[in-house]
Amino acid sequence: MRPGKMLREVLRTGLKKPVTVLYPKEKLDLPEHFRGKLKFNPEKCIGCKLCMKDCPTNAIVINQVGEKQFEAAIDLGKCIYCAQCVDSCLKKALEYTKEVELAQLDAQKLKVVFGAEIKSDTKKTSL
Amino acid sequence: MHNPSEEFKIPIGPQHPALKEPESFSVALRGEKILGVDIRLGYNHRGIEKACEERTYIQDMYLIERVCGICSHSHSTCFIQAVEEIAGLAVPRRALYIRTLVAELERIHSHLLWLGVAGHEIGFDTLLMYTWRDREIVMDILAELTGNRVNYGINTIGGVRRDISSIQIQETLKAMDLLEERTKYYIELGLEETTIIKRLSGVGVLSYEDSLHFDAVGPTARASGVKRDVRKDDPYASYGEISFDVITDTGADVYARTIVRLKELMESYKIVRQCLKNLPDGPITVRAPRKIPAGEALSRYEAPRGEDVHYVKSNGTDKPERVKVRAPTLANVQAVKHMLKDRFLADMPIVIAAIDPCFSCTDRLVSLKDDDKKADVMTWQALHDYSIKWHSQRGVDFGKLNKKLQERLSK
Repeated sequence: MRPGKMLREVLRTGLKKPVTVLYPKEKLDLPEHFRGKLKFNPEKCIGCKLCMKDCPTNAIVINQVGEKQFEAAIDLGKCIYCAQCVDSCLKKALEYTKEVELAQLDAQKLKVVFGAEIKSDTKKTSL
Repeated sequence: MHNPSEEFKIPIGPQHPALKEPESFSVALRGEKILGVDIRLGYNHRGIEKACEERTYIQDMYLIERVCGICSHSHSTCFIQAVEEIAGLAVPRRALYIRTLVAELERIHSHLLWLGVAGHEIGFDTLLMYTWRDREIVMDILAELTGNRVNYGINTIGGVRRDISSIQIQETLKAMDLLEERTKYYIELGLEETTIIKRLSGVGVLSYEDSLHFDAVGPTARASGVKRDVRKDDPYASYGEISFDVITDTGADVYARTIVRLKELMESYKIVRQCLKNLPDGPITVRAPRKIPAGEALSRYEAPRGEDVHYVKSNGTDKPERVKVRAPTLANVQAVKHMLKDRFLADMPIVIAAIDPCFSCTDRLVSLKDDDKKADVMTWQALHDYSIKWHSQRGVDFGKLNKKLQERLSK
């Protein structure tokens, strides 16, 4: 038995620089497969709504806005960033980005709509 | 003045600075000595099992993963194993190896976390700081392999979602070397440091017989000499093809549990190295049906805290009919009561911490049936009236409160 066994280790690390970084100024790299904010590509979407069906928190809603045109309304407050919708999408219309700084003071700003440009004059219908 | 020869009861929790989660202990004391402990769970019931029945299997995967923040991979793998068994899916070998790899990395981070918490509970915060610093190494590896530090989301029905590249294998092997070196230091520390030995030896004793009697699981049972490990007894994933030892100790106290966990870390590094070395080629997933055929399955899994059991019953639709989760803490919590008896109150935090409890994961609905009484069936209206009456007897008048509210709203 030896008291103070860690003393040497403590003194040794006491001379080292801190590992933590000053966050807003300095940022760490995110891992390769990091699942951040979703990105939606309206041109690829065929409106099968598998992403809506598989989303664990019902955070994504696909609306038809015109002839073969769809927009995605994503509630970033509800999203748990599991990226199941990215896996479910058959046409790879959804992808995840490394965007993580999503905090908002206004809850309404968390609701993001990735719109498609409406070519024809058909009215927006929610299905 | 309180007479020290009299029995005295103190409530600890549900909200208490010494506890990390809401649970309640009613401790009967005579002087400093504990006469008996009543443990009451149920303060963090989240209704996960019922919620699973309302969601599809794919949605359940992410819900089940969130049963526990530390052993999230354990719960999700356990659930998915049951679903795959019902659906009769042959999961590719590469996927099984990746599952095993993540499972062991999770065990490493959980055991290092526990060591820090144990150090904190005995007032040895230096240990907490250093183990948690070293835990960051494995957290970074988990983030690199799966995308996130917690709730990895690597499992999917019929395989895994992400493949491992050769660069990642090299990085993981490098991290394992570093961690092994650090763990050797901690083992040396555990065997030599006076603070640890004096504070933990002879505390929270659970003999071999008691361990079997209370059905202890995981490191708690293994520290009492019970050679019980699902990875060896009922191999799942790729554990059948990997050689490793089940660590046991005969000390039966908190010190033995510390040593068992530290030595298990060394076994985990061995398993991770074998997984990476023998990683088979091939696909990582098979196509899984959305609708799972009718059937039932029970799945077992050795989580860092002990045996985790999931039961899934399907009815041919895309939603399960019943999901049952038994977290390892529920199996160990009975033993805590026994460990604390006739010990000192000051030992309580470390004895509870020694089973590595996860009370929020444990909370399930328990209905106690009183056979003498007939069950009452209440309609919603009757329950509403009963609640108003119950509160009015205690001096809360909802009529007045409602009026006040209406007045405020109309202004």
